[in-house]
Amino acid sequence: MSGERKKIPVAACSGIGKSLGAAAREAAFVLTEDLRPNRTNVVALSLLVMGDEEAGREVAGGQAIAIDGCKLECAAKGLACAGAANVHKVAVFDVVRRHRGLKPQGVCDLNEDGLKLARAAAAEAAKIVDDLDSEGGHA
Amino acid sequence: MPDLAKKKVGLISCSGEELPEGTVTRRAVRKVLETLRPDETVTLCLPLFLAGGEGERSFARCYPTIAVDGCDKRCAARATEKYSAKPAASIVVTDVAKECGGGCTAIGTARRLNARGLALAEVLASKLADEVDLQLKAACRGRAKPRETD
Repeated sequence: MSGERKKIPVAACSGIGKSLGAAAREAAFVLTEDLRPNRTNVVALSLLVMGDEEAGREVAGGQAIAIDGCKLECAAKGLACAGAANVHKVAVFDVVRRHRGLKPQGVCDLNEDGLKLARAAAAEAAKIVDDLDSEGGHA
Repeated sequence: MPDLAKKKVGLISCSGEELPEGTVTRRAVRKVLETLRPDETVTLCLPLFLAGGEGERSFARCYPTIAVDGCDKRCAARATEKYSAKPAASIVVTDVAKECGGGCTAIGTARRLNARGLALAEVLASKLADEVDLQLKAACRGRAKPRETD
């Protein structure tokens, strides 16, 4: 039955300005392509910002995951504006505090620490997916 | 009005996470910012327009901006106009790819561009740098006008 379940939309920071944002973006890809490809899919934040109908339908009324690079939480705000019922947040700026040795650098090409940070953030997001599934909250 | 020492051009990419073309816009904008025109450009974060980034909104009202989009939905151009002011120029990756003759097929994924995608980003960055120069010249003459670029 799991294949018939609606996938959880994941929005990430655009990550154009800072390494933490870039790590957030990479984390969304790690989650949706490597860790939970059958349970999640990426929605483009720019489409949500512009109120795209198709993107909005994907998000409205359901669970959603936001992966943000900074405290402005653009991805979480974008999902909320698009009508997500519950926005579960992964804050990369908090994740990096829990992995103090990491020094992420780069934007388009993250260094190895940036990629490690992205994988750590994606793992936290995967835990959210698993918790939702075990609660039966995303049928 | 943002207090900048000299005239700058703002670059806004769609960054679209669903299409490789979005990743091309992102890479091209960073190339211009970091390498080609580091002293003449800043990047503006598109989602911040929605999230209430007053710095982004006021910059785009006071300085010329160039929107770089991955598809014809033109989220970057429309968001800039909706939340701030019409961009001085608007470039769409698919149009640039057509000009190059290669189109946007087989350029990799949104996560990882392949060699063709990276090459397209280089072409786009060069075109973007030329557009920055045009906008700065127009601004110096005091008559920057919004225009479409294809």
